[in-house]
Amino acid sequence: MSEASRIERQISLAALRPARLILHLVGLILAFMAVAPLFWMLSMSFKTSDEVFGINLIPNHPTLGNFLYVFTQVDFFRYLWNTFFVSATVTVIALFFHSMAGYALARLRFPGRDMIFLTMFATFLISQPVIIVPLFILARSLGLLDNYAGLIVPSIFNAFGIFLLRQFYLAVPRELEEAAVIDGAGYFRVYWSIILPLSRPILSALAILFFLANWNSFLWPLTITSDQKLWMVQVAIASFRQQYNGSWNYIMAASTVVALPTLAMFVVFQKRIIESIKTSGIK
Amino acid sequence: MTPDAIVPNRVAKPATPKVGGFALSNKHREWIAGYLFVLPDAIGLLIFVGAPMILSLSLGFFSVSGFGGYAFVGLDNYRRMLGDPLFWQSLRVTILYIVMLVPALYVVGLGLALLIQADTRFNGFVRSLLFMPQTVSLVVVALVWQVLLIDKIGLLNQFTSALGLGAFSWLGDPRFALIAVVVISVWFLMGFYMLIFLGGLQDIPKEYYEAAKIDGAGPIASFYLITLPLLRPTSFFVLLVSTVTAVCGSQTFDLVYVMTRGGPANTTSLAIFYVYQQAFLFNEYGYAAAMASVLVVVLMLITVLMFMLTRGGRFTYE
Repeated sequence: MSEASRIERQISLAALRPARLILHLVGLILAFMAVAPLFWMLSMSFKTSDEVFGINLIPNHPTLGNFLYVFTQVDFFRYLWNTFFVSATVTVIALFFHSMAGYALARLRFPGRDMIFLTMFATFLISQPVIIVPLFILARSLGLLDNYAGLIVPSIFNAFGIFLLRQFYLAVPRELEEAAVIDGAGYFRVYWSIILPLSRPILSALAILFFLANWNSFLWPLTITSDQKLWMVQVAIASFRQQYNGSWNYIMAASTVVALPTLAMFVVFQKRIIESIKTSGIK
Repeated sequence: MTPDAIVPNRVAKPATPKVGGFALSNKHREWIAGYLFVLPDAIGLLIFVGAPMILSLSLGFFSVSGFGGYAFVGLDNYRRMLGDPLFWQSLRVTILYIVMLVPALYVVGLGLALLIQADTRFNGFVRSLLFMPQTVSLVVVALVWQVLLIDKIGLLNQFTSALGLGAFSWLGDPRFALIAVVVISVWFLMGFYMLIFLGGLQDIPKEYYEAAKIDGAGPIASFYLITLPLLRPTSFFVLLVSTVTAVCGSQTFDLVYVMTRGGPANTTSLAIFYVYQQAFLFNEYGYAAAMASVLVVVLMLITVLMFMLTRGGRFTYE
C-alpha cells in the first residue's frame, strides 16, 4: 500500500469514527436489551423469596436453595433425561433418513423423483400446531399414546431437513461419487463412505438445530403424554409453574435449568448455527 | 481433502450383480437405490404429515368422541363454526396478530441486519446476543416475560411507576395483552429474520454501492435504489415465512398456553390455541378439526402461491 493511500484511508476512518461509534453503541444497547430478560431469569433463580422482585440484578443474599428445592420436590433429573434421550434419538434418526433422501433426490436418477420431491416440499409450511388434532388421533390409533415411541417417531419427519440436505448435495461435484459407482461400489457404500463424510459440516449444523428444536418442543409432548414418568422438561416446567404459582424464585430456577443446556450449546456452536441459518433462507 | 484421496483409483469394471437370477442393469440398480433411499422419509412424511393433512380436511365432517367413536355429521361442525362467536373472535385475534407481527418482524429484522451488516468481530458478538432468545424454549420465554410483566411488582411496572406513569396489568388488560404477546414474539423471533436479511444483504454486490457513491447517492438513496430492490427475493421469503409463523408457528400456542390461556376476555385467543382448547380441553375433536381445516386450506394456498412465484422453491433471480 502506498503512503498516500494509507494516509487517505486513515483520514476516511477518522471521519467515520463518531458515526461508527454511535452505531456500535446502538448495537450494543439493543443486544443487551435482547439478553436482559435472560439475565433477569438467572438473577431471580439465585434470589431468596424475600428479594425475588427487588430491582437489584446481583442478589443480596445469593442462594442455591431454589435449585435444591426444584430438584428435590420434582423428579427433574428424570424429565431432563427423558428430554435428552428423545431429542438425541430423533436427531440421529432424522439425520440418517434425511441425508439418504436428500442424496437420492439430488443425485440418483429414478422415475418420479421430481414428483416425490415436490410432494415432500408441499408439506414444508405445514407446522405441527395446525395438524395437531388429526395427528393426535392418528398417533393414538397407532398405539403411540404415552410411550417413548410416541414422543420420538412423529418428530423425526420434516421437509426442512430434506430440503436443506438436497440443496447441499446438488452442490457437491458429481465426479466424486460417479467414479466410485463405476468402480462397482454399491449405492449405499457410496452414500456411507463418500457422501456422509462430505456432509459433516451441514450434518453437524442440522444436528444442533434438530436437537434444540426437540429439547424446546412443548405442544407435542404435552399432547401425547399424560403419564408423568414420560414428561419432557418443557411440560414439566409448565406444570411446575401451575403447581408453585407465585413462587417465582423456584419457577425461575427451574427455567434456568431447562434453558441452560440450550444456551450453552448456542454459545459453543454459535458460529455454525448462525452461518447455517444465514444461508438457509433463500439459496 | 482432494478428490483423489477419497476415490480409490482402481480400474473401472462393469458392475452387474445378479439378484435372484436376474441381471440388473446399472440404470435399474440406480432406480432401486433411489426408491430405497427415499422410502423411510417418504413413508414417515406420508403417515405423520400427509395423512393428518388429509384427515384434517375430512375429520371435520365427523363427530368424534373421546374414546374414538366416529359419527358422520355432514356440515354440522362447519355450520356450528359460523355461529360460534368465539371462533370469529379467534379469527379476529389471529388477523390482528398477523397485521402487527409481520411488519414488525420485517422492520426489526431488516433494521438489525443493516445495523450489524459489516463482518467485524464486534458485530459477530452483537449478532450472537440478538439471536440468543431464539435458542431458549418458548415455555421459558413465556415464564420469564410473565415475571417481568407481572402486576404491580413486575420489573416493567416498577419502571413505569418510577416514571410516574403508574402500574399496568400488561397481561390482564384487554387493551395490552395481545400487544404484549406480539412484542414477546418479536423479541423471540427477531434473531432468525435478522440472519435471513443478513444473508440477503451479503449477496448484493458491493460494486453497486460503490458506483452509487460515485454518482453521488447518499446512504438513504442507495438504500431505496439498491438495497430494497435487490432484497426482493429475501423480502418475499421473509414475508411468507413470517405470515405462516404468525398463523401457526409454535409461539402461537406455547406463549398463549403458558401466559394467558386466551384471556383476558379472549383477546389473545389465537386460532391455533382455540383449536387446541376445543380438542383437548372440551374433547370436541371433530369441531376442532373442522376449524383447523380452514387453516390447512389457507396454508396450502400460501404454499402453492409461493411455489408458483418462486419457480419451485428457488428464491434467486436468474
